[in-house]
Amino acid sequence: MAQEQSVSASILAKLAWRNLWRNYRRTLIMLTAIVIGVWAMILFSALMRGMLDEMVHAGLRVLPGEVQIHHPAFRDDPSIANSMQEPQGELLATLNRPPVQAWTARIKVPGMISSERDNRGAQLLGIDPAQEIALGFDPGDIVEGRFLESPQDKGIVIGRKLAERLETQLGKRVVIMSQDPDNDVADRGVRIVGIYKARLQATEELNVYVGRETLQKMLRIDKQVSEVAITANSYKTVDTWWPAIATAAGPELDTQPWMVLDAYLGTILSIQGTMNLIIMIIIFLALSFGLVNTLVMAVFERIREIGLMMALGMRPQWIMYQVLLESLMLLCLGLIIGNVLAAATILPLEGGIDISIVGDGLEMYGMGATLYPVLAAQDMLNSTLVVLVLGLLASLIPAWRASRYNPIQALAKN
Amino acid sequence: MSAVSCKNLIKTFTQGEQIIKGLDDVTINIEPGEFVCLSGPSGSGKTTLLNALGGLDNPDSGEILVDSKRVDLLSKSDLADMRLHNIGFVFQAYNLIPVLTAQENIEFVMQIQGVPAQERREKSRAILAEVDLADHEDRRPAQLSGGQQQRVAVARAIVSDPTLVLADEPTANLDSKTAVQLIELFLKLNLERNITFVIATHDTRVMDYCRRLVRMVDGKIVSDLQQPGIGVSS
Repeated sequence: MAQEQSVSASILAKLAWRNLWRNYRRTLIMLTAIVIGVWAMILFSALMRGMLDEMVHAGLRVLPGEVQIHHPAFRDDPSIANSMQEPQGELLATLNRPPVQAWTARIKVPGMISSERDNRGAQLLGIDPAQEIALGFDPGDIVEGRFLESPQDKGIVIGRKLAERLETQLGKRVVIMSQDPDNDVADRGVRIVGIYKARLQATEELNVYVGRETLQKMLRIDKQVSEVAITANSYKTVDTWWPAIATAAGPELDTQPWMVLDAYLGTILSIQGTMNLIIMIIIFLALSFGLVNTLVMAVFERIREIGLMMALGMRPQWIMYQVLLESLMLLCLGLIIGNVLAAATILPLEGGIDISIVGDGLEMYGMGATLYPVLAAQDMLNSTLVVLVLGLLASLIPAWRASRYNPIQALAKN
Repeated sequence: MSAVSCKNLIKTFTQGEQIIKGLDDVTINIEPGEFVCLSGPSGSGKTTLLNALGGLDNPDSGEILVDSKRVDLLSKSDLADMRLHNIGFVFQAYNLIPVLTAQENIEFVMQIQGVPAQERREKSRAILAEVDLADHEDRRPAQLSGGQQQRVAVARAIVSDPTLVLADEPTANLDSKTAVQLIELFLKLNLERNITFVIATHDTRVMDYCRRLVRMVDGKIVSDLQQPGIGVSS
């Protein structure tokens, strides 16, 4: 019996393959539709994945670090009163060994910055420039002047857009102002030593960089910081290492990964797979109507042969398998060509696509002017599964109909 | 034990409001190795009886036995198995599978039966030679004449050694010479392999070769004659 089944499978495969090319024009049209569908699914997913990747990177780039440690009240009230000690002991040891690639301790307080013409709200960042560069700040983003040179640097680096708003420029003095832990006003005059550019204008307007010790003195908070930011250079693997940091930081500090710190990005990323899958299903559902039509036509044209095969002793379920096999072959061909075509399209684009023409609109989603499509094996696998499952489900209708013919009536068809 | 038999077979068709009796209480018993012709005018019930005997169509009532098995009680899959292993069919319109070559058409039944490839090949080549189509094994049906196609169909019907071959108007689309060649081939296979042949026909050339001639009219068997000497000496 097993032999009978396997030999039957070989004749079914032979018949399915030859029947597929019987009306080669129709097959080629359907094959083209499947190829385009698969290609579109993978390309769309690659663009979406690239876009979301860019959004996350942009989000992390605003203040680099996949994991941050704060005073437990800081995230609700980011004032200097909710600061903490710079890392020491077990936490410092953990931060200085892999997988941690770099870390920094910052002061981050809301404040004001005033030029002689205007004033603005800003986020004052007291940093150690060397640590910040190690963490991801690109000195190449300094478009005028220089970046800070040490935590004791007495200058300030502001964004290009903020300079525009304040109608100030490199070398001018500005006044920065905030509150100290006693809620007294703390201010200081500083000279603009550098102007930076950022992918997002909002970043340029918001963040100003001051030496950490300079800001600590201004705020009268000796050795206190607002946050510790840590990177292992991969936001995707953060789940594997952030618990160790949290343990080292202890329960008295609030240690969180980026997806908790930026819930919007975290949510977007977590639903990305589902969104892609839904869109793939929608694309292929449209295609499956064409597939059903093609198979119905193919079956309709072969009613006599189906009747003959039944008369000769082919079981109804084998007739069904033959039609399904025919569909499976068409789907597999479409998948192979579609996947190859998608890879050939996406791989050359992984260096980036200039989308500056719509850059302003995308900035509100946290994206830059370049989109980097990502060819992911997961997307190829998903599209393959969607095409095979939906394609075979759609093929069940004509296959089932073919298996239900009465041999005598089928043989009587012209 | 008979090769095929039926008892009190009734089959009716509805045409508009009219009920037509395709088979009207037909009883027949065909022994192994018989060479039987079912004759009669169009609509007399020859094909209906043949289809019922072959398990292609269900009667309204009555019993059918093929190799002692009640055909009328079998499920669709069991009927398919019975046709696969016990019965060979030859149709008026040849009915070859157009995407398969002559040899593949012949091997088709054996392939469903699960006969190993080597054995299939040997048997199909031998049978092609027997029906005088040894040089045509790689041709598809569209590349064969009507007579050649029908010979391929005969080869397909007998290649798996069925006990019974049912042929429905096998010579209807053939010229006289080819028709005679075909019926002589049937007779040869009947004599050499002891295969039971039941042929529905109104072709007198075929009837001349039958040792038993069953005549049907309006779904009834009106005569059932033995023709001693006929066929054997041919």
